[in-house]
Amino acid sequence: MNRREWAWGYLMIAPLVLGLGVFFLWPVAQSVYYSFTDWTLFGGSTWAGLDNYARLLRDPEVGQALWNTFQVMVLGLLVVPLAVLVAALLNTRGLRGVPVYRTLYFLPVVTMPAAVALIWRWLYSGEYGLINYLLSLAGVSGRSWIADPHTALYAVIVVFIWTYVGYFTVIFLAGLQGIPAHLYEAASIDGAGRVRQFFSITLPLLTPTIFFTSVLMVMYGLQMFDLLYLMFGKGSPAWADNKTIVLLFYTKAFEEGAKGYGAAIAVVLMAVTLAITAVQFRLQRKWVHYA
Amino acid sequence: MRSGRLWPVHVVLAVGAAAMVLPFVWEVLTALKTFTESTRVPPVWVPSFAWSNFAEVWNSTPFVRQFANTVVMTVVRTLAQLLFCSLAAYAFARLRFPGRNAVFVVLLSVLMVPDQLFLIPQYQIVQGLGLLNTLPALFLPGMFSAFGTFMLRQFFLGLPDEIEEAARLDGANPLRIFWSVMLPLARPGLIAFGVLTVLWSWKDLMWPLIVNTEPEKMTLSAGLSALQGEHVTEYPVLMAGSLMATLPVIVIFVVLQRQLIAGIAFTGSK
Repeated sequence: MNRREWAWGYLMIAPLVLGLGVFFLWPVAQSVYYSFTDWTLFGGSTWAGLDNYARLLRDPEVGQALWNTFQVMVLGLLVVPLAVLVAALLNTRGLRGVPVYRTLYFLPVVTMPAAVALIWRWLYSGEYGLINYLLSLAGVSGRSWIADPHTALYAVIVVFIWTYVGYFTVIFLAGLQGIPAHLYEAASIDGAGRVRQFFSITLPLLTPTIFFTSVLMVMYGLQMFDLLYLMFGKGSPAWADNKTIVLLFYTKAFEEGAKGYGAAIAVVLMAVTLAITAVQFRLQRKWVHYA
Repeated sequence: MRSGRLWPVHVVLAVGAAAMVLPFVWEVLTALKTFTESTRVPPVWVPSFAWSNFAEVWNSTPFVRQFANTVVMTVVRTLAQLLFCSLAAYAFARLRFPGRNAVFVVLLSVLMVPDQLFLIPQYQIVQGLGLLNTLPALFLPGMFSAFGTFMLRQFFLGLPDEIEEAARLDGANPLRIFWSVMLPLARPGLIAFGVLTVLWSWKDLMWPLIVNTEPEKMTLSAGLSALQGEHVTEYPVLMAGSLMATLPVIVIFVVLQRQLIAGIAFTGSK
């Protein structure tokens, strides 16, 4: 096309390119550079070569954080089958009250993490928590779910899943509504029951959406911050023993002022994210069906 | 007859819905309890409607300031993203210029990078500009979005060519075509994306927490989390505060539900 269109093109992308360049692309380069430097408390930095990475390898907290992050990521993926189930049920023909259900399931999505964390901390409370009260009615004695280092991480993962079910349900509902009705009609003429139809039609045609949501959820899981930060509470045993990579990054970079070491942790997180996503994309050929 | 066969579906959905809603019911009930009521075992089911919890939040925290900060942050971020992202998205989708695809791919790579990798340098930029503990600090990096550009580009790609061609023959320049022809056509996409941005912005925590540490300059989400540190035991007051902080988004959600759902459904289908 003509040169005037070129000029307009550049002009129209300029604000965004400038903004993303300054606030996102340049910072990535900057962070990678920082990961090779050492910071004093007063803000100065010196070149440190691979020191930060060597420290990472020796730091027992890093191994622990990787393991915790892995658990959050894997258990968080449970949200995918749950959302598929809810969406499939909501998609039942002739079902009434779908908008009401959708609104109720969506409530956690629109609620501020600070509020979500607060509610659940109260529900999980060892002394006054509703959960322990209900358990006691069943004769089970509960514990301080969120203060106890053994259960704290899992207690947060439950809330993590709870907040995302509604979000992914909406995505799956859209996917389900894209499946042509005549496929089901043909299947029922062939005598396939509802369960059979689900596994032979619904699930295969949903695999692109399942793939998309899994990639998204893995990223959310690897980078989860809000809920962990808010539910553990600083200084609690849960905080000390259950750090994920992101929590470790936050502690080092913004609380201990070790920006170089923090940057190295963030670089490792990026490498882990990219590696896992690459594996997911590679594996998709084996199970994702594109119509 | 039909609804008779559907009752098992309703049972499963209702159990799930209860799990979604009961924590909120408990929040509302607790917000209306006195402190002693809140710590009683077995729990008090009917609270004594201690409205003073709400007054306590109002008086003991800079609630109005934090509310205003949150509104300003959310509005500026959303409008800026709508403007910058749609401008660029239109150019990427509809104009031809050398390097278009390369630039687009580089921008998209931002999506794959964990937020934490941006944080330290972003903080330093804001600090270097002398903007820590100011309103612009809250909205600065959030004005630009790779995700928004990607999403809106998909919308522009789906629009028909004919109308644009007619405007072009009339001698309108691309900016004019964008503003008067394409933007109105992309309205459903813009609204869906705008509602999503409002939602994420209102909920954002890590960035506001890091840049603004003075209570007067905080957003509600950061203020609420700071409050939890200070009055650990005053759960009814905290619940009242979190209700007040969350209510505006719930109202937005109820009013703009269809657009929000459309936006989320759209992100999943592409």
